[in-house]
Amino acid sequence: MTTQKKKKSYSARITKKEGLDLLKNADLLGLGSMADGMRKALHPHNKVSFIIDRNINYTNVCINKCKFCAFYRNADASDAYVLSKRKLFNKIRETIKHGGTQILMQGGLHPDLGLDYYVDLLKSIKAKFPIHVHGFSPPEITYISKTSGLSISDTLLTLQEAGLNSIPGGGAEILSDRVRKKVSPKKIMSKQWLKVMEEAHKIGMKTTATMMFGSVEGPEDIIEHLDAIRRLQDKTEGFTAFIPWSFQPGNTELFQNSKFKIQTPATGVEYLRVLALSRVYLDNIPNVQASWVTQGLKMAQVALRFGANDFGSTMLEENVVAAAGVKYIAAVNDIIQAVRGGGFQPVQRDMYYNIISENL
Amino acid sequence: MPLKKIEKKILSGKRLTSEDALACFESSDIFTLGRLANHVAQKLNGNNAYFVQNHHINPTNICVNRCKFCAFSKSRGDKGAYEMSIKDIVKKLKGQVGQRKGTKTAGTAKLRHKGTEGFSEVHIVGGLHPDWGLDHYVEILQKIKEHFPSLHIKAFTAVEIDYFAKISGLSLKNTLTALKNAGLESMPGGGAEIFNARVRNKICPEKINAGKWLKVMETAHSVGIKTNATMLYGHLEKYKHRVEHMLKLRNLQDKTGGFQAFIPLAFHPKNTNIDNAQYTSGIDDLKTIAISRLFLDNFPHIKAYWIMLGAKIAQLALCFGADDLDGTIVEEKITKSAGALSGSAMTKSELINLIEKAGKVPVERDSFYQALTK
Ligand code: SF4
Ligand code: SF4
Repeated sequence: MTTQKKKKSYSARITKKEGLDLLKNADLLGLGSMADGMRKALHPHNKVSFIIDRNINYTNVCINKCKFCAFYRNADASDAYVLSKRKLFNKIRETIKHGGTQILMQGGLHPDLGLDYYVDLLKSIKAKFPIHVHGFSPPEITYISKTSGLSISDTLLTLQEAGLNSIPGGGAEILSDRVRKKVSPKKIMSKQWLKVMEEAHKIGMKTTATMMFGSVEGPEDIIEHLDAIRRLQDKTEGFTAFIPWSFQPGNTELFQNSKFKIQTPATGVEYLRVLALSRVYLDNIPNVQASWVTQGLKMAQVALRFGANDFGSTMLEENVVAAAGVKYIAAVNDIIQAVRGGGFQPVQRDMYYNIISENL
Repeated sequence: MPLKKIEKKILSGKRLTSEDALACFESSDIFTLGRLANHVAQKLNGNNAYFVQNHHINPTNICVNRCKFCAFSKSRGDKGAYEMSIKDIVKKLKGQVGQRKGTKTAGTAKLRHKGTEGFSEVHIVGGLHPDWGLDHYVEILQKIKEHFPSLHIKAFTAVEIDYFAKISGLSLKNTLTALKNAGLESMPGGGAEIFNARVRNKICPEKINAGKWLKVMETAHSVGIKTNATMLYGHLEKYKHRVEHMLKLRNLQDKTGGFQAFIPLAFHPKNTNIDNAQYTSGIDDLKTIAISRLFLDNFPHIKAYWIMLGAKIAQLALCFGADDLDGTIVEEKITKSAGALSGSAMTKSELINLIEKAGKVPVERDSFYQALTK
């Protein structure tokens, strides 16, 4: 009650301390209604957007071996792969056929793929298809810069010139090095993740930001994450959306390795709490996505009243999460129905949140 | 604020009218509805969220009714039609117990009977079998009791009871008494669907009408059998039909006091013959739970049946007025064939975790909502 009152009368943004207090102590419905109010203020038109795109994992070979990742393979594994151009183009063709406007290209950190590979890949895609390429999260960008010997900024410029349009917010997990050292010790640390994003924003590339919670973090780590994102956004305004999702334990080392003590994945109530807090805390990020992939369509509908204004992507393909045993296959129609059922008008958007189609 | 008046009534303990309930359904303020429903739930059940460890047995899926929305039933001779012998049923109950012994059931309730460790209830419902007589059902109950004397038997929907009465030529009262004497201790709330005659005739014309359903329940209550009550929503009905349904239940409950829990059941569209059927929205599920808690002031419990709602929505329902998640269910064919959102079993520790993460106190209960000692 008191927190709600505080929020109603607030004009300034909430502090870290207030955020922590909300996350730990606010009752779920109180926090939800704050987030819902904020969502309405930012998006008064009662529309909920989604993008038709396809997640293309160009390789599953990765030197990082993060403990929460069920997707990576060693280079010599029998099911290790690098996608051929023929297969890639087919996937893009299919995406466009299904009304898709974007591909989300992500992959492991493959020791043999250098900057040339990426430049060639992007150029050949752009030569053939009018499609938005949202690709390569900060760990990949960092790795490419390292193997090519270029600075982050020059790496990004090279990729941008070759056709890269925007960068996904993956690899953020929790931007608290205490947690990162435990769950992804080889992955870039928080500072580096933020630096890649800052450089990208500087050259005019928009990016998203994600947060994967429900592993070994505490509430303080979540606040640290949100605060880091908010501070960078104040500086650059380059984030289009924030996407919190919960760790999916399935086939991962993090779940199987008992020393991490994760008995159960985050529950629906915990997801909504974090989502709502994110909406309230990130007052400078326009969009917050519901994660139907990790939560299912019904919870994603509820999420639309707990701060989310976007249904994310149709994920015509989702290898990374599917490998962890979560399978919510939703067709575009299911998403449209789900948004309507939740009481909103579904609209198709692009990566910049421009509405492409309202007649669905 | 359109809900202001309703809020005042709830906080002063006044009963809602049908118009109030309708206004709640038409409101999009799920936060106020949830908060008020939680307030009522707290008053009735404190911070408790109950669960029960039960077996589900569906003795046959052969059914003379073949309701349109029923994805479970078959006609005799159909592929996939089955019937369990009484031996099968007993074996199944024993088998599942054996299976559970291998897995660790932490803090299990006091051993009630060799072989029934952890489970306090068996829930039996099935199709209306063309040939089985009342005697057969009496024998099922007796045999279960013989093997598992302290297992509570919750069995037979009002639809089945009515059918048994018809085929045996006995009155409802005598039918129920015979079953009670054989071991029937409580009844589930199925078959209520939606009471409104027009909608009912569209979705399940084959099924007993509302008057009959209520009559069976009233008779059951009168011979000392406690029951639940359900409502199937999210198909062709309108909000006013939901309210009408709940009003009939509230009126009967005023008279008999025999209902334990109200269970709103979200319609599952898969494999059913209703055109353009959709899943209900998560928002609608939560609203329906909350409004039932507010309107059915004489029902002690509101159940969020996780196997139908999915574990996530069911957990959330505990913040919207529900106080019961039902159980760790070992076998449940009926919703599975209709494309339910959950797997068919959850372990006790998973259930407890869900409840605790919702900020409630998990209480393992028996069939009459008595807490089982840890
Ligand atoms: S999460 Fe990414 S960086 Fe980590 S092992 Fe998986 S593919 Fe590699
Ligand atoms: S709902 Fe019950 S009565 Fe109707 S067909 Fe199915 S099993 Fe038979």
